[in-house]
Amino acid sequence: MKTLVLMLVLAAPAAAQVPYARILDAASEPGNWLTYSGSYGAQRYSTLAQINRDNVDRLQPAWIYQIRSLQKFEVSPLVVDGVMYITEPPSDATALDLRTGRPIWRYRRALPEGIVTCCGQVNRGVALLDDQVFLGTVDAHLVALDARTGRVRWDIEVADYAMGHAVTVAPLALQDKIIVGIAGGEYGIRGFLDAYDPTTGERRWRFWTVPGPGEPGHDTWSGDSWERGGAPTWVTGAYDPELDLLYWGTGNPGPDFIGEVRRGDNLYSESLIALDPDTGTLQWYFQFLPHDVHDYDSTQVPVLLDAELGGEPRQLVLFPNRNGFYYVLDRVTGEFLVGQPFARQTWALGLDADGRPIENPETIPSTDGALVYPDDDGAANWYSPSYSPQTNLIYQNVRQKGGIYYRADATYEPGKIYMGASRRGVTGEDPKGFLRALHPLTGDLVWEVEVHSPPWAGLMSTAGGLVFSGTMEGDFFAADALTGDVLWRFQTGGPVYANPITYLSEGRQFIAIAAGSALLTFALPE
Amino acid sequence: MRWGVAAGGAIGVALVPLVVLSAPTVVTAQTAEMEQGKRLYESQCGSCHGPLGNGGRGANLAQPRLRRASDDQALFNIIRRGIPGTEMPGSPLTPRQVSSIAAYVKTLGRVEPEDIPGDARRGAAVFAALDCARCHTLGGRGGIVGPGLDDIGARRSAAHLREALLDPEASVPSGFLQLRVVTKDGRALTGFRVNEDAFSIQFRDLSGRLHSFWKYELDVLEQQWQRSPMGSYAARLTSEQTDDLVAYLVSLKGAQ
Repeated sequence: MKTLVLMLVLAAPAAAQVPYARILDAASEPGNWLTYSGSYGAQRYSTLAQINRDNVDRLQPAWIYQIRSLQKFEVSPLVVDGVMYITEPPSDATALDLRTGRPIWRYRRALPEGIVTCCGQVNRGVALLDDQVFLGTVDAHLVALDARTGRVRWDIEVADYAMGHAVTVAPLALQDKIIVGIAGGEYGIRGFLDAYDPTTGERRWRFWTVPGPGEPGHDTWSGDSWERGGAPTWVTGAYDPELDLLYWGTGNPGPDFIGEVRRGDNLYSESLIALDPDTGTLQWYFQFLPHDVHDYDSTQVPVLLDAELGGEPRQLVLFPNRNGFYYVLDRVTGEFLVGQPFARQTWALGLDADGRPIENPETIPSTDGALVYPDDDGAANWYSPSYSPQTNLIYQNVRQKGGIYYRADATYEPGKIYMGASRRGVTGEDPKGFLRALHPLTGDLVWEVEVHSPPWAGLMSTAGGLVFSGTMEGDFFAADALTGDVLWRFQTGGPVYANPITYLSEGRQFIAIAAGSALLTFALPE
Repeated sequence: MRWGVAAGGAIGVALVPLVVLSAPTVVTAQTAEMEQGKRLYESQCGSCHGPLGNGGRGANLAQPRLRRASDDQALFNIIRRGIPGTEMPGSPLTPRQVSSIAAYVKTLGRVEPEDIPGDARRGAAVFAALDCARCHTLGGRGGIVGPGLDDIGARRSAAHLREALLDPEASVPSGFLQLRVVTKDGRALTGFRVNEDAFSIQFRDLSGRLHSFWKYELDVLEQQWQRSPMGSYAARLTSEQTDDLVAYLVSLKGAQ
C-alpha cells in the first residue's frame, strides 16, 4: 500500500504535460488550474461546487507551505495533474506535491546586486506549456524550467535590469509563444510586450507600448519624452482564441506625476491594447486615461464576456480600472460602450461620450499639495477581479484611500526613480476597502462587504455560489456570491497580496491562497 | 487651532536667535549638501516615506531614532543597499548623493532646541500633582491609556506639547483613535482602538482594560476622530505652571 502511494506521487509530475489544447479547453477540466486567471477569458471562475454556500462554514486548513522571504507573496498558483507550481519572491519557483504540500523541486535564482523595483521584489506566478514552466525574474530575465525537475532549459535576458526593468508578471502561454510583460514605469523605461519561442527562448516579436519615430502615435509625445515614456505591462492579460486577439493593459506614462515634460496623449500608456499574437501588431487600442498625471496604471486583468447589450449579442471585455471607473468595451473593435465610477474618485469630473475623461485640474500634483481619490495605489490594482456566470456579477476588491501629492523634481537618470511627486496620506479618516459585486454591463453596485484596510487581494468565484477574498489584516473569507453575506472566514496571520485558486486533489475540492509568508490550502473535512 | 497659532508664534520668535547663534561656520558646504539631500529625498524617497518623512507606504522617518538605523553608517547602508526582505530598495545613487540623503533624513526627526521659558524641576512637581502618570507611562511606571512619555521631548516640540496640554483634541496622536461602542447586550464603553480588521476590533477602555469584540456582537461602533479623553488643562494651570510642565516634558529625552 505504502509503495503504491509513493508511486502515485512520483508518477504525477512525470505526467505533467500541458499542451496548448488543454489550456484552450481549461473549462473542461476544472480540477486543474492551468493558466494565471484559470482560463484565457480571465474570469477567475471555477465550476467546482463541492465547497458551496451550504457547507463552506466547515472549510478548514489542509496543508500550509512556508516560504523564507519576507517580500510580498503575490503568487497565483497553477495546478496540474497532482502538482502545484508556485513562485516565491524574489524570483524563485517551487513545485509542490498536491497531496502533502511537500516540495518536489525548487529553483533558486542567484540575483545580481543593484536590482531596483518600485514596489517590492515580487513575482505573481508561472506559466505552463507542454513540459515546461516559465518564470520571469526581477533581473528581467525569462527562464524555462523542466516541469519534472526544475532544471533550467533556457534563460534569456528580456531587458536590462540596471535601467529599472523587472519581470514580475506571470507569463501567458499561447499556442507557440510565451507572452511576457515588463515592469519599471517608475524608472523611465520605455514599455513593451514580448513574445518568445517556448522551445528556444528566441524572441518572436516585441510591441513597443510607446511608439518610436515614424510609428503611429509617436506624435502624442512631446520632444524626446517617448524614450522614457513608461507604459509598462506588468499584469497578465487575456486571450480570445476565436478572434485570435491578445488583450493587455498598459501602465502609467513616465514621469508618473509630471505632465508638462511629455505633452500629448502619451499613447499607448493607460490603455487596453489588442494585438495579433502571431505578429504582435496592434489591432486596436482604447486609452482610458490620456496624459495621466496620477500614476493610475491601467494594468488590470481584462475579463472577457459574451453578453447581450442594447438588444444585440456582443463580444465584450470588462475592465474595472485602477482609476476608479468601470469600463465595458467591444472586444472586436475596442469601441467604448460603458463607463462609470465603481469607487470614490475625484480626478475626473466624468467621461465624455467616447469614454475620454474630463479631468479635474484641482487634483494635479502641486507645490502646495493636491488631494486626489484614489491615491496612486488606485481604486483597484493588479489583483484580479472575478466574473461569475452563475450570478452574472463581476466582483472587484475596491480601495478607498486618498493622497495629497506635492510636486517634486524628476530628472531622468538610468535606473533611478523618475516620478515627480511626494505623497502624504489623508488624516482624520480610516482608508477603507470593499469587496463589491457589480452588474457586469453597467458597473452598478449590487452589494458590498466592507473590510478594514484597502485590500490587495484578488478574487475567485465558484459554482458553489461563493466568492473568495482576503484582507490586509490576514482574514481569508468566503462570501455568498449572490448576497455578499460572509459565510466563512479564517485568520491566516499575514496580509493577503494574492489571488485565490481552486482545484481537485484526489477528487476533493481545495482552495489555495498565499498570505503572509505562507501558501495555505483549505478543504472540507473528509 | 487658536492655541496652535498663539503658541507657534511665540516659539517662532524664540527660535530666531538660536538659529543664528548655532549657525556653523561652514554654512555653504553644509547647506549645499542639505539642499541636494532634500531634493534627492523628495524625488527618490518621498513617494513612499512622505514629503516630510512622516511615512506612508514606507516607514516614518521623522523620529529621533530610526528603528533600523542605529547610527550614521547603518542609515547610509540602508539607503545604499535597501533592506532585504522588505520593499525598501537599494539605490544606484553615488555614495555622495546617498550621504546627502542620509544627512537630510537625520534632520527630519530632529526637534530643534528651543528657548523654554519654564523650569523643568518645578514642572516635575506639576506633573506629579496632576497625577499625569495615571494615564501616561514614564520610566516604566504609570497608566497605558495615553502615549508613553519617556522620550516625548525628543519627539515633540515645546509648541506641540503646549498645544497638547491646552487643546488636546487639536492634534490627537496616531494610534489613539477614540471609539464609542455599545454591545448587543447593552454595555456602553469609550476608549481607543488597539487593532481592527474586517470582522473584529480590539479596544482598550479608559481604565486600561482590553476588550476584544467580533463586530457582530456590537450595536454601535463609532469612530471619534479628533476626540481625546484628556481634558484641556487651560483652566487648571497658571501660565507659569504650563511653562514649567512644558519645560519638564521637553527635558524627557529617553535613553540617549
